[in-house]
Amino acid sequence: MKPPPFEYTAPTSIPEVVALLQEHDFEAKILAGGQSLMPLLNMRLARPSILIDVARIPDLDYIRATDGSIAIGAMTRQRSVELADTVRTSHPLLYATTMHIAHPQNRNQGTLGGSIAHADPAAEYPALALLLDAEMRAVGPDGERTITATDFFITYLTTSLEAAEVLTEVRLPLLPPRTGWSIQELTRRHGDYALAGVMATITLDGGGQCTEARLVLFGVGATPIRASNAEQMLIGTKPGQTEFVAAAAKASGDLDEPLSDVHASAEYRRDLARVLTRRALAEATANAAGAA
Amino acid sequence: MATPRTITLSVNGTTHQVTVEPRTTLVDLLRGDLGLTGTHVGCEHGVCGACTILWNGKAVRSCIMLAVQADGSEVTTVESMAQDGELHPIQQAFMEAHGLQCGFCTPGFLMSISELLTRSPDPTDEEIKDTLGGQICRCTGYQSIFTAVRLAIKKLADARAAGGSA
Repeated sequence: MKPPPFEYTAPTSIPEVVALLQEHDFEAKILAGGQSLMPLLNMRLARPSILIDVARIPDLDYIRATDGSIAIGAMTRQRSVELADTVRTSHPLLYATTMHIAHPQNRNQGTLGGSIAHADPAAEYPALALLLDAEMRAVGPDGERTITATDFFITYLTTSLEAAEVLTEVRLPLLPPRTGWSIQELTRRHGDYALAGVMATITLDGGGQCTEARLVLFGVGATPIRASNAEQMLIGTKPGQTEFVAAAAKASGDLDEPLSDVHASAEYRRDLARVLTRRALAEATANAAGAA
Repeated sequence: MATPRTITLSVNGTTHQVTVEPRTTLVDLLRGDLGLTGTHVGCEHGVCGACTILWNGKAVRSCIMLAVQADGSEVTTVESMAQDGELHPIQQAFMEAHGLQCGFCTPGFLMSISELLTRSPDPTDEEIKDTLGGQICRCTGYQSIFTAVRLAIKKLADARAAGGSA
């Protein structure tokens, strides 16, 4: 297993990257931490003619607490997110999400931006981006633009980034007060991609009524999937087991044909989505009741 | 063939200048070009951890890292551990606690544990398990490796207390 031949370049500025992408179009592939791309190259499932290594560009590696969100440079290693005090204290859901990604040995190399731009439907960061309505900043020939998560993930390994655009920053909103969260995954081994996963947040008012519910299912379709109908069923209720069961049935029932592969059938994934959703809603609600 | 590139990197403290094809993985550079065959190649897609090395002090998979990505970096391999025929305390602990049988996965384990104990000399059980979870061993069973890590922590603490350099 050796990669097919390719040219390699390591530009030191974003305008250089954009120029290279314009020159090579879809023949070029951006190399960030390589934890997804390199296996694809080794197995010759990808054959780009040139790799553009963005690791030598200064100023793409940062974690900044801004007003109401955390802004993270696209080349920030997942391990840096894991070890940053500001992430642990101000965004525990981001920390917990990061700890679900592969292993420390992969997180040392893998980047937040790389995971989001790669858009694997079973990966954690794309699901989190969709859950939180994250904003992706990208630079292309026409300058910078901001893409919301809803418009970002198009289909399997495909985003709305244009051929000559490069992701530079991801902004992840902080959770509102009185909000609980949960991540539920089933993996065959710790650190593997999830057969199916669910992320949820529940916001309660002072009287225990649900004012906001967010629910994302991942690993069960071509992109992470926001379960809007199920969310609506929870808002205005004092959510309990009855509501969790009904919303979970709705979320899993609304799925188009889930993925089917050697690891799990579509039917199994749909049922798993239902069970994990119920658990996620229960845990998020319990945490919301305890959250300040 | 793609345009070869000349890179400079430090491996176990020795600076090397080598010309490689861009597609050369770091592990192939280490084993093939530099003759450092202590780093093993297993799955070649970043899952098994046999090829784990330290890249600027961080444990990474050298099978899914290109040699060109390591240009200007400091790489540390298992060959750096034993000094003048003396096993490193982590290696000694592996031997005493039966942390290995066939030994194929061992270089990767040693490098991952080396990063852990440098960053966190007194780790929690969870930290140790998180680190070991990234390495696959198919014969020893993880319990004796875990025991070896606990023994290594003690050996390293004793060496520090005695003013040793390890």
